[in-house]
Amino acid sequence: MSTTVGNIPPQFEVIDRPLETQMTLSMGPQHPSTHGVLRLELVLDGEMVVKCVPDIGYLHTGMEKLFEYKKYQQGIVITDRMDYLNPLGNNLGYVMAIEKLLQLEIPERAQIIRVMMCELQRIASHMVWLGTHALDLGAMSVFFYAFREREKILNLIEAASGGRLTPSYFRVGGLMMDLPPGFERRVRQFLDTFPKALDDFHTLLTENKIFQKRTQGIGVISAEDAIDWGVTGPSLRGSGVKIDVRKTNPYSGYETYDFEIPVETGGDVWSRYMVRMRELEESLKIVRQALDRLRPGPVKADAPKVVLPEREAMKTHMDALIHHFLIIAEGFNVPPGEVYHAIEGSKGELGFYIKSDGGPRPARVHVRAPSFVNLSALPHMVTGEMIADVVAVIGSIDIVLGEIDR
Amino acid sequence: MAEEQKSAQKVAPLPLAQLVAALKREHPEWISEVREALGETTIIVPREHLIELCRYLKTTPGYDFNMLVDICGVDRGPEAEPRFEVNYHLFSTVSYHRLRLKVLLNEDDVHVPTATVVWRTANWHERETYDMFGIIFDGHPDLRRILLPEDWQGHPLRKDFPLRGYEPYSLK
Repeated sequence: MSTTVGNIPPQFEVIDRPLETQMTLSMGPQHPSTHGVLRLELVLDGEMVVKCVPDIGYLHTGMEKLFEYKKYQQGIVITDRMDYLNPLGNNLGYVMAIEKLLQLEIPERAQIIRVMMCELQRIASHMVWLGTHALDLGAMSVFFYAFREREKILNLIEAASGGRLTPSYFRVGGLMMDLPPGFERRVRQFLDTFPKALDDFHTLLTENKIFQKRTQGIGVISAEDAIDWGVTGPSLRGSGVKIDVRKTNPYSGYETYDFEIPVETGGDVWSRYMVRMRELEESLKIVRQALDRLRPGPVKADAPKVVLPEREAMKTHMDALIHHFLIIAEGFNVPPGEVYHAIEGSKGELGFYIKSDGGPRPARVHVRAPSFVNLSALPHMVTGEMIADVVAVIGSIDIVLGEIDR
Repeated sequence: MAEEQKSAQKVAPLPLAQLVAALKREHPEWISEVREALGETTIIVPREHLIELCRYLKTTPGYDFNMLVDICGVDRGPEAEPRFEVNYHLFSTVSYHRLRLKVLLNEDDVHVPTATVVWRTANWHERETYDMFGIIFDGHPDLRRILLPEDWQGHPLRKDFPLRGYEPYSLK
Protein backbone atom coordinates (compact mmCIF):
# COMPACT_ATOMS: atom_id res chain seq x y z
CA MET A 1 0.00 0.00 0.00
CA SER A 2 1.48 3.29 -1.01
CA THR A 3 0.24 6.41 0.72
CA THR A 4 1.20 10.00 1.08
CA VAL A 5 0.58 11.30 4.54
CA GLY A 6 -0.14 14.98 5.08
CA ASN A 7 1.96 17.28 2.98
CA ILE A 8 5.08 15.23 2.52
CA PRO A 9 6.51 16.41 -0.79
CA PRO A 10 5.52 14.28 -3.79
CA GLN A 11 9.09 13.31 -4.67
CA PHE A 12 9.02 11.39 -1.44
CA GLU A 13 6.88 8.28 -1.84
CA VAL A 14 6.25 6.49 1.42
CA ILE A 15 5.61 2.80 1.45
CA ASP A 16 3.52 1.94 4.44
CA ARG A 17 4.70 -1.54 5.33
CA PRO A 18 5.90 -1.48 8.92
CA LEU A 19 8.81 -3.72 9.86
CA GLU A 20 9.57 -4.57 6.26
CA THR A 21 10.82 -1.20 5.19
CA GLN A 22 10.37 2.42 6.19
CA MET A 23 7.33 3.76 7.96
CA THR A 24 6.01 7.27 8.44
CA LEU A 25 5.12 8.59 11.84
CA SER A 26 3.27 11.84 12.41
CA MET A 27 4.55 13.36 15.63
CA GLY A 28 2.38 16.17 16.94
CA PRO A 29 0.72 18.63 16.74
CA GLN A 30 -0.69 17.50 20.08
CA HIS A 31 2.42 15.70 21.25
CA PRO A 32 3.44 17.24 24.59
CA SER A 33 7.16 17.30 23.89
CA THR A 34 6.83 19.28 20.68
CA HIS A 35 6.38 22.40 22.84
CA GLY A 36 3.18 23.64 21.33
CA VAL A 37 1.72 22.79 17.98
CA LEU A 38 4.67 21.59 16.00
CA ARG A 39 4.09 18.57 13.80
CA LEU A 40 6.90 16.46 12.45
CA GLU A 41 6.58 13.95 9.65
CA LEU A 42 9.17 11.38 10.58
CA VAL A 43 10.22 8.63 8.21
CA LEU A 44 11.66 5.82 10.26
CA ASP A 45 13.75 2.80 9.48
CA GLY A 46 13.27 0.79 12.62
CA GLU A 47 13.99 3.35 15.31
CA MET A 48 16.23 5.49 13.15
CA VAL A 49 15.02 8.75 11.66
CA VAL A 50 15.62 8.68 7.93
CA LYS A 51 13.87 11.90 7.14
CA CYS A 52 12.16 14.63 9.14
CA VAL A 53 9.82 17.21 7.64
CA PRO A 54 8.56 19.85 10.10
CA ASP A 55 5.04 21.08 9.46
CA ILE A 56 4.27 24.46 11.02
CA GLY A 57 1.57 27.08 10.79
CA TYR A 58 -0.98 25.71 13.25
CA LEU A 59 -0.67 28.86 15.35
CA HIS A 60 -0.55 31.32 12.48
CA THR A 61 -2.59 34.39 13.38
CA GLY A 62 -1.46 36.85 10.72
CA MET A 63 0.40 39.13 13.11
CA GLU A 64 2.56 40.69 10.40
CA LYS A 65 -0.63 41.67 8.55
CA LEU A 66 -2.17 43.00 11.75
CA PHE A 67 0.80 45.31 12.38
CA GLU A 68 -0.01 47.16 9.15
CA TYR A 69 -3.49 48.00 10.43
CA LYS A 70 -2.43 49.14 13.90
CA LYS A 71 -0.70 52.32 14.99
CA TYR A 72 2.92 51.98 16.00
CA GLN A 73 2.18 52.05 19.73
CA GLN A 74 -0.62 49.49 19.36
CA GLY A 75 1.82 47.04 17.79
CA ILE A 76 3.64 46.59 21.09
CA VAL A 77 0.91 44.36 22.49
CA ILE A 78 1.11 42.15 19.40
CA THR A 79 4.80 41.56 20.01
CA ASP A 80 4.04 40.26 23.50
CA ARG A 81 2.11 37.40 21.98
CA MET A 82 4.79 36.17 19.60
CA ASP A 83 7.48 34.72 21.80
CA TYR A 84 5.33 34.55 24.90
CA LEU A 85 8.25 33.33 27.01
CA ASN A 86 10.34 36.37 26.18
CA PRO A 87 7.80 39.20 25.73
CA LEU A 88 10.07 41.96 27.04
CA GLY A 89 12.70 41.01 24.48
CA ASN A 90 10.11 41.31 21.73
CA ASN A 91 8.96 44.67 23.09
CA LEU A 92 12.55 45.88 23.09
CA GLY A 93 13.28 44.82 19.50
CA TYR A 94 10.10 46.43 18.23
CA VAL A 95 10.37 49.75 20.05
CA MET A 96 14.08 50.06 19.32
CA ALA A 97 13.44 49.63 15.60
CA ILE A 98 10.87 52.43 15.72
CA GLU A 99 13.18 54.58 17.83
CA LYS A 100 15.87 54.08 15.20
CA LEU A 101 13.48 55.34 12.52
CA LEU A 102 12.52 58.30 14.72
CA GLN A 103 16.17 58.82 15.77
CA LEU A 104 15.03 59.17 19.34
CA GLU A 105 17.39 59.42 22.31
CA ILE A 106 16.38 57.29 25.29
CA PRO A 107 17.15 58.47 28.85
CA GLU A 108 19.86 56.48 30.59
CA ARG A 109 17.65 55.22 33.40
CA ALA A 110 15.18 53.79 30.88
CA GLN A 111 18.00 52.02 29.04
CA ILE A 112 19.33 50.48 32.25
CA ILE A 113 15.88 49.30 33.31
CA ARG A 114 15.34 47.83 29.84
CA VAL A 115 18.57 45.85 30.07
CA MET A 116 17.76 44.68 33.58
CA MET A 117 14.23 43.57 32.74
CA CYS A 118 15.36 41.83 29.55
CA GLU A 119 17.97 39.84 31.42
CA LEU A 120 15.42 38.86 34.08
CA GLN A 121 13.13 37.79 31.26
CA ARG A 122 15.95 35.79 29.70
CA ILE A 123 16.35 33.90 32.98
CA ALA A 124 12.60 33.28 33.10
CA SER A 125 12.61 32.03 29.53
CA HIS A 126 15.55 29.75 30.20
CA MET A 127 13.70 28.42 33.24
CA VAL A 128 10.81 27.25 31.06
CA TRP A 129 13.29 25.74 28.61
CA LEU A 130 15.13 23.97 31.44
CA GLY A 131 11.98 22.61 33.04
CA THR A 132 10.41 21.34 29.85
CA HIS A 133 13.67 20.04 28.41
CA ALA A 134 14.27 17.98 31.55
CA LEU A 135 10.64 16.88 31.59
CA ASP A 136 10.94 15.61 28.02
CA LEU A 137 13.88 13.49 29.08
CA GLY A 138 12.06 12.07 32.08
CA ALA A 139 13.37 14.26 34.91
CA MET A 140 10.14 15.54 36.37
CA SER A 141 11.27 17.29 39.56
CA VAL A 142 13.41 19.87 37.76
CA PHE A 143 10.25 21.24 36.19
CA PHE A 144 8.85 22.27 39.59
CA TYR A 145 12.07 23.89 40.76
CA ALA A 146 12.46 25.75 37.48
CA PHE A 147 8.90 27.05 37.50
CA ARG A 148 9.30 28.15 41.12
CA GLU A 149 12.19 30.39 40.05
CA ARG A 150 10.28 31.62 37.00
CA GLU A 151 7.36 32.52 39.22
CA LYS A 152 9.58 34.89 41.22
CA ILE A 153 10.61 36.70 38.04
CA LEU A 154 7.04 36.89 36.75
CA ASN A 155 6.07 38.48 40.07
CA LEU A 156 8.78 41.08 39.54
CA ILE A 157 7.59 41.76 36.00
CA GLU A 158 4.03 42.02 37.26
CA ALA A 159 5.11 44.52 39.92
CA ALA A 160 6.75 46.72 37.29
CA SER A 161 4.25 46.50 34.45
CA GLY A 162 1.02 44.99 35.74
CA GLY A 163 1.21 42.02 33.39
CA ARG A 164 2.83 38.67 33.93
CA LEU A 165 2.90 37.03 30.53
CA THR A 166 2.13 40.06 28.39
CA PRO A 167 3.79 43.04 30.07
CA SER A 168 4.08 45.58 27.17
CA TYR A 169 6.39 47.45 29.53
CA PHE A 170 8.59 49.17 26.97
CA ARG A 171 7.13 52.00 24.98
CA VAL A 172 8.46 54.00 22.08
CA GLY A 173 10.68 56.56 23.80
CA GLY A 174 11.17 54.78 27.10
CA LEU A 175 9.05 52.82 29.55
CA MET A 176 5.39 52.64 30.39
CA MET A 177 6.22 53.96 33.88
CA ASP A 178 9.00 53.97 36.42
CA LEU A 179 9.73 51.02 38.70
CA PRO A 180 7.57 50.76 41.82
CA PRO A 181 9.07 51.56 45.25
CA GLY A 182 11.01 48.69 46.74
CA PHE A 183 11.52 47.01 43.38
CA GLU A 184 15.31 47.08 43.59
CA ARG A 185 15.23 45.36 46.97
CA ARG A 186 13.04 42.59 45.55
CA VAL A 187 15.38 42.09 42.61
CA ARG A 188 18.35 41.87 44.98
CA GLN A 189 16.48 39.26 47.01
CA PHE A 190 16.01 37.23 43.86
CA LEU A 191 19.65 37.63 42.92
CA ASP A 192 20.66 36.31 46.32
CA THR A 193 18.50 33.20 46.14
CA PHE A 194 18.93 32.25 42.51
CA PRO A 195 22.55 30.93 42.65
CA LYS A 196 21.38 28.35 45.18
CA ALA A 197 18.67 27.20 42.76
CA LEU A 198 21.24 27.08 39.97
CA ASP A 199 23.36 24.76 42.10
CA ASP A 200 20.31 22.54 42.57
CA PHE A 201 19.81 22.34 38.81
CA HIS A 202 23.43 21.35 38.33
CA THR A 203 23.04 18.65 40.96
CA LEU A 204 19.78 17.40 39.49
CA LEU A 205 20.78 17.43 35.82
CA THR A 206 24.39 18.25 35.05
CA GLU A 207 25.66 15.51 37.33
CA ASN A 208 22.89 13.13 36.35
CA LYS A 209 24.28 10.14 34.45
CA ILE A 210 21.00 9.46 32.65
CA PHE A 211 20.73 13.05 31.50
CA GLN A 212 24.34 12.99 30.30
CA LYS A 213 23.78 9.79 28.34
CA ARG A 214 20.62 11.18 26.78
CA THR A 215 22.26 14.41 25.63
CA GLN A 216 25.96 13.91 24.90
CA GLY A 217 26.74 13.33 21.24
CA ILE A 218 23.08 13.69 20.23
CA GLY A 219 21.84 16.03 17.50
CA VAL A 220 25.27 17.29 16.49
CA ILE A 221 25.53 20.28 14.17
CA SER A 222 28.94 21.61 13.17
CA ALA A 223 29.84 25.28 13.26
CA GLU A 224 29.88 25.60 9.45
CA ASP A 225 26.50 23.91 9.12
CA ALA A 226 25.01 25.99 11.93
CA ILE A 227 26.07 29.23 10.25
CA ASP A 228 24.84 27.98 6.88
CA TRP A 229 21.46 27.13 8.39
CA GLY A 230 21.29 30.57 10.01
CA VAL A 231 21.16 29.12 13.53
CA THR A 232 21.65 31.83 16.17
CA GLY A 233 21.66 32.23 19.91
CA PRO A 234 22.64 29.51 22.40
CA SER A 235 22.18 26.86 19.70
CA LEU A 236 24.92 28.50 17.60
CA ARG A 237 27.19 29.08 20.57
CA GLY A 238 26.84 25.41 21.46
CA SER A 239 28.61 24.71 18.16
CA GLY A 240 31.58 26.85 19.12
CA VAL A 241 30.74 30.11 17.32
CA LYS A 242 31.09 33.09 19.61
CA ILE A 243 28.33 35.26 18.17
CA ASP A 244 25.96 37.23 20.36
CA VAL A 245 24.18 40.34 19.16
CA ARG A 246 24.79 41.93 22.57
CA LYS A 247 28.51 41.88 21.71
CA THR A 248 28.62 42.04 17.91
CA ASN A 249 26.07 44.84 17.41
CA PRO A 250 25.48 46.21 20.93
CA TYR A 251 22.24 48.03 21.68
CA SER A 252 20.69 49.75 24.69
CA GLY A 253 24.09 50.17 26.34
CA TYR A 254 25.13 46.49 26.43
CA GLU A 255 28.65 47.48 25.37
CA THR A 256 29.18 49.06 28.81
CA TYR A 257 28.37 45.91 30.81
CA ASP A 258 30.96 43.37 31.80
CA PHE A 259 29.87 39.87 30.86
CA GLU A 260 31.12 36.83 29.01
CA ILE A 261 29.65 34.93 26.08
CA PRO A 262 29.67 31.24 27.05
CA VAL A 263 30.71 28.94 24.22
CA GLU A 264 30.82 25.15 24.01
CA THR A 265 32.35 23.27 21.12
CA GLY A 266 30.46 19.98 21.05
CA GLY A 267 27.53 21.10 18.91
CA ASP A 268 25.32 18.49 20.59
CA VAL A 269 22.33 18.72 22.92
CA TRP A 270 24.64 18.71 25.93
CA SER A 271 26.65 21.70 24.65
CA ARG A 272 23.51 23.72 24.04
CA TYR A 273 22.38 22.81 27.56
CA MET A 274 25.69 23.93 29.08
CA VAL A 275 25.69 27.21 27.13
CA ARG A 276 22.28 28.14 28.49
CA MET A 277 23.18 27.13 32.04
CA ARG A 278 26.27 29.31 31.93
CA GLU A 279 24.30 32.12 30.31
CA LEU A 280 22.10 32.25 33.38
CA GLU A 281 25.10 33.25 35.48
CA GLU A 282 26.06 35.95 32.98
CA SER A 283 22.51 37.32 33.04
CA LEU A 284 22.71 37.52 36.83
CA LYS A 285 25.94 39.50 36.48
CA ILE A 286 24.29 41.95 34.09
CA VAL A 287 21.25 42.42 36.35
CA ARG A 288 23.53 43.10 39.31
CA GLN A 289 25.53 45.70 37.36
CA ALA A 290 22.34 47.34 36.12
CA LEU A 291 21.00 47.59 39.66
CA ASP A 292 24.20 49.27 40.82
CA ARG A 293 23.90 51.85 38.05
CA LEU A 294 20.28 52.81 38.67
CA ARG A 295 20.01 56.50 39.51
CA PRO A 296 16.83 58.53 39.72
CA GLY A 297 15.94 60.22 36.47
CA PRO A 298 13.38 60.36 33.69
CA VAL A 299 12.26 57.10 32.07
CA LYS A 300 10.64 58.72 29.02
CA ALA A 301 12.32 60.59 26.22
CA ASP A 302 11.69 64.30 25.82
CA ALA A 303 9.57 63.97 22.67
CA PRO A 304 6.08 65.28 23.36
CA LYS A 305 4.74 64.26 19.94
CA VAL A 306 5.68 60.62 20.48
CA VAL A 307 5.71 59.95 24.21
CA LEU A 308 2.52 60.21 26.25
CA PRO A 309 2.65 63.03 28.82
CA GLU A 310 2.48 62.47 32.57
CA ARG A 311 -1.00 62.41 34.10
CA GLU A 312 -0.28 65.44 36.29
CA ALA A 313 0.98 67.52 33.38
CA MET A 314 -2.24 66.85 31.49
CA LYS A 315 -4.26 68.39 34.29
CA THR A 316 -2.29 71.62 34.28
CA HIS A 317 -0.90 72.09 30.77
CA MET A 318 -3.09 72.51 27.73
CA ASP A 319 -0.38 71.44 25.28
CA ALA A 320 0.19 68.18 27.19
CA LEU A 321 -3.53 67.45 26.90
CA ILE A 322 -3.46 68.16 23.16
CA HIS A 323 -0.45 65.93 22.61
CA HIS A 324 -2.08 63.15 24.59
CA PHE A 325 -5.22 63.40 22.51
CA LEU A 326 -3.32 63.41 19.23
CA ILE A 327 -1.12 60.43 20.13
CA ILE A 328 -4.11 58.36 21.24
CA ALA A 329 -6.50 59.40 18.46
CA GLU A 330 -4.18 59.67 15.48
CA GLY A 331 -0.86 58.17 16.53
CA PHE A 332 2.50 59.67 15.71
CA ASN A 333 4.02 59.87 12.27
CA VAL A 334 7.29 58.08 11.62
CA PRO A 335 9.59 59.43 8.89
CA PRO A 336 9.74 57.26 5.75
CA GLY A 337 12.50 54.70 5.71
CA GLU A 338 13.30 51.12 6.47
CA VAL A 339 15.23 49.62 9.31
CA TYR A 340 16.31 46.20 10.51
CA HIS A 341 17.04 46.06 14.20
CA ALA A 342 18.34 42.90 15.80
CA ILE A 343 18.54 42.08 19.48
CA GLU A 344 19.66 38.96 21.29
CA GLY A 345 16.47 37.28 22.41
CA SER A 346 16.56 34.26 24.67
CA LYS A 347 16.37 31.97 21.61
CA GLY A 348 18.72 33.81 19.28
CA GLU A 349 18.80 36.81 17.02
CA LEU A 350 15.41 38.47 17.08
CA GLY A 351 15.16 40.98 14.26
CA PHE A 352 12.48 43.49 13.39
CA TYR A 353 12.34 44.85 9.86
CA ILE A 354 10.08 47.88 9.81
CA LYS A 355 9.32 49.94 6.74
CA SER A 356 7.56 53.24 7.15
CA ASP A 357 5.93 55.36 4.48
CA GLY A 358 5.55 58.38 6.74
CA GLY A 359 2.20 57.67 8.36
CA PRO A 360 1.14 56.57 11.84
CA ARG A 361 0.99 52.91 10.78
CA PRO A 362 3.90 50.83 9.52
CA ALA A 363 3.93 49.88 5.84
CA ARG A 364 5.49 46.53 6.68
CA VAL A 365 6.69 44.78 9.79
CA HIS A 366 8.63 41.58 9.41
CA VAL A 367 9.85 39.57 12.36
CA ARG A 368 12.98 37.50 12.02
CA ALA A 369 12.02 34.91 14.58
CA PRO A 370 14.98 32.95 15.96
CA SER A 371 12.88 29.85 16.63
CA PHE A 372 11.70 29.80 13.00
CA VAL A 373 15.23 29.65 11.67
CA ASN A 374 16.56 27.31 14.35
CA LEU A 375 13.70 24.91 13.70
CA SER A 376 14.54 24.82 10.00
CA ALA A 377 17.86 23.25 10.99
CA LEU A 378 16.10 20.50 12.99
CA PRO A 379 15.96 17.97 10.12
CA HIS A 380 19.71 18.38 9.72
CA MET A 381 20.21 17.59 13.42
CA VAL A 382 17.88 14.63 13.81
CA THR A 383 18.46 12.73 10.58
CA GLY A 384 20.26 9.53 11.50
CA GLU A 385 19.34 9.76 15.19
CA MET A 386 17.01 7.50 17.14
CA ILE A 387 13.38 8.53 17.42
CA ALA A 388 13.62 8.90 21.22
CA ASP A 389 16.34 11.50 20.73
CA VAL A 390 14.14 13.72 18.58
CA VAL A 391 12.46 15.11 21.69
CA ALA A 392 15.87 15.81 23.22
CA VAL A 393 16.93 17.77 20.14
CA ILE A 394 13.65 19.71 19.97
CA GLY A 395 14.08 20.63 23.62
CA SER A 396 17.65 21.73 23.07
CA ILE A 397 16.88 24.27 20.34
CA ASP A 398 14.22 25.84 22.59
CA ILE A 399 11.46 26.73 20.17
CA VAL A 400 8.32 28.74 20.81
CA LEU A 401 5.63 28.12 18.24
CA GLY A 402 4.05 31.51 18.88
CA GLU A 403 6.92 33.26 17.15
CA ILE A 404 7.47 30.58 14.53
CA ASP A 405 3.93 30.84 13.19
CA ARG A 406 3.30 34.48 14.16
CA MET B 1 36.30 27.24 13.41
CA ALA B 2 37.01 29.17 16.60
CA GLU B 3 40.70 29.22 15.70
CA GLU B 4 39.93 30.51 12.22
CA GLN B 5 37.79 33.25 13.66
CA LYS B 6 40.51 34.38 16.00
CA SER B 7 43.07 34.62 13.21
CA ALA B 8 40.59 36.53 11.06
CA GLN B 9 39.89 38.90 13.93
CA LYS B 10 43.54 39.87 14.21
CA VAL B 11 43.42 41.60 10.82
CA ALA B 12 41.03 44.44 11.50
CA PRO B 13 38.11 44.09 9.07
CA LEU B 14 37.63 46.87 6.57
CA PRO B 15 34.71 49.24 7.16
CA LEU B 16 31.57 48.31 5.29
CA ALA B 17 31.61 51.49 3.19
CA GLN B 18 35.05 50.56 1.80
CA LEU B 19 33.91 47.04 1.01
CA VAL B 20 30.88 48.30 -0.85
CA ALA B 21 32.97 50.86 -2.76
CA ALA B 22 35.44 48.15 -3.77
CA LEU B 23 32.59 45.91 -4.86
CA LYS B 24 31.14 48.70 -6.95
CA ARG B 25 34.52 49.27 -8.60
CA GLU B 26 35.05 45.62 -9.47
CA HIS B 27 31.54 44.62 -10.49
CA PRO B 28 29.54 47.74 -11.37
CA GLU B 29 26.99 45.66 -13.30
CA TRP B 30 25.91 43.88 -10.09
CA ILE B 31 24.86 47.05 -8.30
CA SER B 32 22.19 49.39 -9.53
CA GLU B 33 22.16 51.61 -6.44
CA VAL B 34 23.66 51.88 -2.97
CA ARG B 35 21.61 53.51 -0.23
CA GLU B 36 22.93 54.56 3.15
CA ALA B 37 20.32 55.44 5.74
CA LEU B 38 20.04 55.21 9.52
CA GLY B 39 23.39 53.46 9.76
CA GLU B 40 22.34 50.67 7.42
CA THR B 41 23.60 49.95 3.92
CA THR B 42 21.28 48.71 1.20
CA ILE B 43 22.44 47.45 -2.19
CA ILE B 44 19.82 47.27 -4.90
CA VAL B 45 20.67 44.34 -7.11
CA PRO B 46 19.39 43.50 -10.59
CA ARG B 47 17.60 40.16 -10.32
CA GLU B 48 19.82 38.37 -12.86
CA HIS B 49 22.99 39.11 -10.86
CA LEU B 50 21.60 38.27 -7.41
CA ILE B 51 23.08 34.79 -7.05
CA GLU B 52 26.49 35.81 -8.44
CA LEU B 53 26.62 38.66 -5.94
CA CYS B 54 25.48 36.47 -3.03
CA ARG B 55 28.08 33.84 -3.81
CA TYR B 56 30.77 36.49 -4.16
CA LEU B 57 29.83 38.12 -0.83
CA LYS B 58 29.79 34.77 0.91
CA THR B 59 33.04 33.28 -0.38
CA THR B 60 35.38 36.22 -1.05
CA PRO B 61 37.84 36.79 1.81
CA GLY B 62 37.33 40.20 3.34
CA TYR B 63 33.58 40.13 2.71
CA ASP B 64 32.70 36.85 4.47
CA PHE B 65 28.95 37.40 4.59
CA ASN B 66 28.55 33.78 5.57
CA MET B 67 25.18 34.07 7.31
CA LEU B 68 21.89 34.89 5.67
CA VAL B 69 19.90 36.28 8.57
CA ASP B 70 16.57 36.94 6.94
CA ILE B 71 14.62 37.24 3.73
CA CYS B 72 11.46 39.27 3.68
CA GLY B 73 9.14 40.51 1.01
CA VAL B 74 7.53 43.92 0.86
CA ASP B 75 4.48 44.99 -1.10
CA ARG B 76 4.53 48.69 -1.98
CA GLY B 77 0.88 48.65 -2.97
CA PRO B 78 -1.02 47.69 -6.14
CA GLU B 79 -0.31 51.04 -7.84
CA ALA B 80 3.41 51.16 -7.19
CA GLU B 81 5.81 50.13 -9.91
CA PRO B 82 7.91 48.08 -9.28
CA ARG B 83 5.45 46.65 -6.83
CA PHE B 84 7.44 44.11 -4.81
CA GLU B 85 10.72 44.16 -2.97
CA VAL B 86 12.64 41.18 -1.64
CA ASN B 87 15.12 42.06 1.09
CA TYR B 88 18.06 39.86 2.01
CA HIS B 89 19.71 40.65 5.33
CA LEU B 90 23.27 39.39 5.48
CA PHE B 91 25.59 39.12 8.45
CA SER B 92 29.26 38.31 8.68
CA THR B 93 30.37 36.25 11.66
CA VAL B 94 33.93 37.47 11.00
CA SER B 95 33.59 41.25 10.72
CA TYR B 96 30.08 41.57 12.25
CA HIS B 97 28.98 43.72 9.31
CA ARG B 98 25.36 43.76 8.29
CA LEU B 99 24.23 44.37 4.74
CA ARG B 100 20.86 44.46 3.03
CA LEU B 101 20.39 43.35 -0.57
CA LYS B 102 17.21 44.43 -2.28
CA VAL B 103 15.63 43.06 -5.44
CA LEU B 104 12.79 44.99 -7.05
CA LEU B 105 10.08 43.12 -8.94
CA ASN B 106 7.25 44.11 -11.22
CA GLU B 107 3.84 42.66 -10.54
CA ASP B 108 3.62 40.75 -13.82
CA ASP B 109 6.93 38.96 -13.33
CA VAL B 110 7.47 37.92 -9.71
CA HIS B 111 10.34 35.50 -10.26
CA VAL B 112 13.60 35.57 -8.33
CA PRO B 113 16.38 32.96 -8.50
CA THR B 114 16.61 30.97 -5.29
CA ALA B 115 19.33 31.70 -2.73
CA THR B 116 19.18 28.14 -1.37
CA VAL B 117 22.13 27.32 -3.63
CA VAL B 118 24.22 29.74 -1.55
CA TRP B 119 22.76 29.43 1.95
CA ARG B 120 20.58 26.48 2.97
CA THR B 121 18.73 28.66 5.48
CA ALA B 122 17.11 30.49 2.56
CA ASN B 123 14.79 27.51 2.16
CA TRP B 124 12.18 28.40 4.79
CA HIS B 125 12.50 32.16 4.35
CA GLU B 126 11.73 31.79 0.65
CA ARG B 127 8.82 29.49 1.35
CA GLU B 128 7.42 32.09 3.74
CA THR B 129 7.87 34.89 1.22
CA TYR B 130 6.17 32.77 -1.43
CA ASP B 131 3.35 31.98 0.99
CA MET B 132 2.74 35.60 1.97
CA PHE B 133 3.45 37.46 -1.28
CA GLY B 134 3.30 34.88 -4.06
CA ILE B 135 6.86 35.58 -5.14
CA ILE B 136 8.24 32.60 -7.05
CA PHE B 137 11.79 31.55 -6.25
CA ASP B 138 13.05 29.75 -9.36
CA GLY B 139 15.00 26.59 -8.61
CA HIS B 140 13.81 26.26 -5.00
CA PRO B 141 13.86 22.56 -4.03
CA ASP B 142 10.50 22.55 -2.23
CA LEU B 143 8.44 25.69 -2.84
CA ARG B 144 5.27 24.97 -0.87
CA ARG B 145 3.22 27.10 1.47
CA ILE B 146 4.70 27.01 4.95
CA LEU B 147 2.37 28.82 7.38
CA LEU B 148 -0.97 28.73 5.60
CA PRO B 149 -2.92 25.63 4.56
CA GLU B 150 -2.10 24.03 1.21
CA ASP B 151 -5.45 25.00 -0.33
CA TRP B 152 -5.40 28.65 0.79
CA GLN B 153 -6.36 31.12 -1.92
CA GLY B 154 -4.29 34.27 -2.35
CA HIS B 155 -1.29 35.73 -0.59
CA PRO B 156 -2.32 37.57 2.58
CA LEU B 157 0.49 40.10 3.00
CA ARG B 158 -0.26 41.68 -0.36
CA LYS B 159 -1.82 45.08 0.19
CA ASP B 160 -4.94 44.23 -1.81
CA PHE B 161 -5.73 41.21 0.39
CA PRO B 162 -8.33 42.29 2.97
CA LEU B 163 -7.43 42.00 6.66
CA ARG B 164 -10.27 39.62 7.39
CA GLY B 165 -9.81 37.58 4.21
CA TYR B 166 -12.49 36.85 1.65
CA GLU B 167 -14.57 34.27 3.46
CA PRO B 168 -14.22 32.21 6.61
CA TYR B 169 -11.78 29.44 5.83
CA SER B 170 -13.78 26.94 7.87
CA LEU B 171 -16.81 27.29 5.57
CA LYS B 172 -14.97 25.84 2.59
